[in-house]
Amino acid sequence: MTASQSAPPPVLSVDRLCVDARTPEGAKRVLDEVSFELKFGETLCIAGESGSGKSVTSLAIMGLLPKASLRIASGSIQLAGRELSRLSNSAMRSVRGSDVAMVFQEPMTSLNPVMSIGAQLTEAIREHQGSEGGAAEAVALRMLDAVHITEPARRLMQYPHELSGGMRQRVMIAMALSCRPKVLIADEPTTALDVTVQAQILKLMKELKQEFGASIILITHDMGVVAQMADRVVIMQQGRVVEQGGVLPIFEAPKAPYTRELLAAVPRLGAHAGTDAPPRVGSEPLAGSPETASPVLAVRGLEVHYGKKAGWFSKGKESRPAVSDVSFEILPGQTLGLVGESGSGKSTTGKAVLGLVPFSGEVLVDGCDIGPLSQRQMRPVRRSAQMIFQDPYASLDPRMAVGAAIAEPLIIHGIGNRSEQEDRVADLLRRVGLGPDAASRYPHEFSGGQRQRICIARALAVNPKLIVADESVAALDVSVRARVLDLMLELQETMGLAYLFVSHDMAVIERMSHHVAVMRGGRIVEMGTRRAVFEDPKEPYTRALMAAVPIPDPALRAVA
Amino acid sequence: MAFLLLRRLVQTALILLGVAAITFLLLYALPADPARMIAGRSATAQTVANIRRELGLDQPLLVQFWTYLQGLFQGDLGRSYAQKTDVGALIAARLPATLILMAAGIAVEVVLGVFLGVLAAVRRGGFVDRFVMMASFVGVSAPQFVAALLLLYVFAVTLAWFPMSGFGTPAHVVLPALTLGVLGAGWYARMVRSAMIDVLNQDYVRTARAKGLSSARIIFRHALPNALLPIIAMIGIDIGQFMSGVVVVEAVYGWPGIGQLAWQAIQQVDIPIIMGVTLVSALAIVLGNLLADILAPLVDPRIRAR
Repeated sequence: MTASQSAPPPVLSVDRLCVDARTPEGAKRVLDEVSFELKFGETLCIAGESGSGKSVTSLAIMGLLPKASLRIASGSIQLAGRELSRLSNSAMRSVRGSDVAMVFQEPMTSLNPVMSIGAQLTEAIREHQGSEGGAAEAVALRMLDAVHITEPARRLMQYPHELSGGMRQRVMIAMALSCRPKVLIADEPTTALDVTVQAQILKLMKELKQEFGASIILITHDMGVVAQMADRVVIMQQGRVVEQGGVLPIFEAPKAPYTRELLAAVPRLGAHAGTDAPPRVGSEPLAGSPETASPVLAVRGLEVHYGKKAGWFSKGKESRPAVSDVSFEILPGQTLGLVGESGSGKSTTGKAVLGLVPFSGEVLVDGCDIGPLSQRQMRPVRRSAQMIFQDPYASLDPRMAVGAAIAEPLIIHGIGNRSEQEDRVADLLRRVGLGPDAASRYPHEFSGGQRQRICIARALAVNPKLIVADESVAALDVSVRARVLDLMLELQETMGLAYLFVSHDMAVIERMSHHVAVMRGGRIVEMGTRRAVFEDPKEPYTRALMAAVPIPDPALRAVA
Repeated sequence: MAFLLLRRLVQTALILLGVAAITFLLLYALPADPARMIAGRSATAQTVANIRRELGLDQPLLVQFWTYLQGLFQGDLGRSYAQKTDVGALIAARLPATLILMAAGIAVEVVLGVFLGVLAAVRRGGFVDRFVMMASFVGVSAPQFVAALLLLYVFAVTLAWFPMSGFGTPAHVVLPALTLGVLGAGWYARMVRSAMIDVLNQDYVRTARAKGLSSARIIFRHALPNALLPIIAMIGIDIGQFMSGVVVVEAVYGWPGIGQLAWQAIQQVDIPIIMGVTLVSALAIVLGNLLADILAPLVDPRIRAR
């Protein structure tokens, strides 16, 4: 709270900035009179959902708007009193990376795969500071040390693919700070990372802000991150700033309806404490009585190996199993939440129970052991178990009408005639909250949330008993996510569906599950009822996972 | 690396054996009779039969093939029917000329292709891009001899900058190398263009721009090496294409290489020479691919790790 005591001049001020997109129908405004100030030494969070213009704002400040499609129509961007929006290309080049630096969302793809870490780190230093060989390398080494990378000297010689996601993001931060910029823009810097790694990176950013005296613009969709990091907050929606102010007032007394909506949609860990089942959504009576029924899915001693392939001249390498000794059961109408970080084997487990990867051990889908079945014999089993994938954009064929996509499983399994199938499609679309006219339209006409509803309808087409949902809401905005989760709960109630719900998100798992299994390194480290796992975790790892989730309440901010 | 070489050596031997078998079968299935060609039109049936026996052509096909293989294992490619000399020596004498032509042709193709491809990608949608795309389309679809005739007409006849044909001075190499490379350059320009456009949209190029680097550095240091990865593999495969081009170009320009040797041999049904040239070409293709496999990890550290 020290930043607001006196009133130093802003480091960066954006004033009534308008950006137009070039479309075949003429210019379309994507940023409309966006104004905010960044004060010295503060962290300003720009929050909003996809399409809110938060990333366009950051690219405009960097002078990195794609020339072919976006241009600044009016307004000004001033960095320490210097107007940036009208600088020539070469003048802007000397600002970029030197006065304003940026860290991007995707650490896995943001580093050049064919250049060593050292070469990528030193080139900006050489470019802006004019330092020569040895000096630049010394700075690079110091920077890697500052972001707490182990063995910094060795890392300089390594290539990006040899580092983990968290380490690459540390390298990106080191690179951004190496020329001591006045402003650091971080665009969703931790979105692609595991929660425990996210916690480390956020802590590092706080620490470096002090050390390097940089002001930070942090762009995020995650209100938990906002609550942990921000001094002040700018809330954006559809290219406009709908509200801005100090972090405490925003969270405690949001003025704009959109801000209130956004905060209400944020899943909070512990919000469902004291209950055994997910919240009821519909009003219809529960289908089936789970206690007496036999399990829809029973898994015993599941083990999956990847990459065991032998060639002509090479013996197959004995790999570490991706999943080993995994056992669980799911009853009709119930959800098992499978939670873990990347590489924990949770997605592999999801694929194995549908017979999509080779495995050993026993997997009984609706009482039928799928282990010894051939692809052809698997077909009838697939009617009882379906899958919903993570990316609603990639999992629908762009050239197939939505109705045809939903009808496809019916055709494959030979269910009903043409008109019955059409009725079924219309019924499914209604159930997932879309109109029957959606059937003749194509995927690109729908938003991400609508597409995921279409994927759900497709999975439901053959009347399955079990649905494996692999990170099914991870790609959706929070408000959309909440509605899709509600839909899934409602369908569970009315159709007696069982879910194997795979997610990295503790809050989502808590909301959806009856039982929870925590995975790490291919094994289940803790399993129990939701209440037992979330309210009384036995394993230190489970506790660490829960502690790393940013709490969307600035008053409970962990002391940095 | 030693393991890779050993594996490739075994593969090469198997490939050459396969090529030898298929070519041998095809050549002997031809309706043309080498013995009659050698004997001449006025020869009697007796003379033809004598020649046939002399060359071993009266033996069963499998026996002939076995005899040929035995020679091959001892490094003997047989004797030419028409020229009555050792095929190995004939090819060895002409190989350097062909290698010079190929090296120059590939250099023209790759340098021109990469240059135009990068230019088109960077100026995407502009005049240069459209011009390069159209020119490369012409290049891809035009036959080699048309290019040869055009180049000859403009640079040898009208302008008289370069000799019409022959071999000896660097000036002699220019037109054949251009003929060989210029059409293929269209291919490479298209490949490089699409690879570059793809790479320029990658996150790491955005990172490079965010660092404030110059366009030249972004294009040549960050983007191009990544765009060249698929192109390197392409060059290895392309050597096969090149060999067939060499036959035409050497014939048109009177270039004393193995292409011309093959051209004459085909007209005379001189089977040992055709076999020899085919095997040498197959070897060149295999070696080209091996070279590409060795080069790729030098550019791409991700392959090195494996």
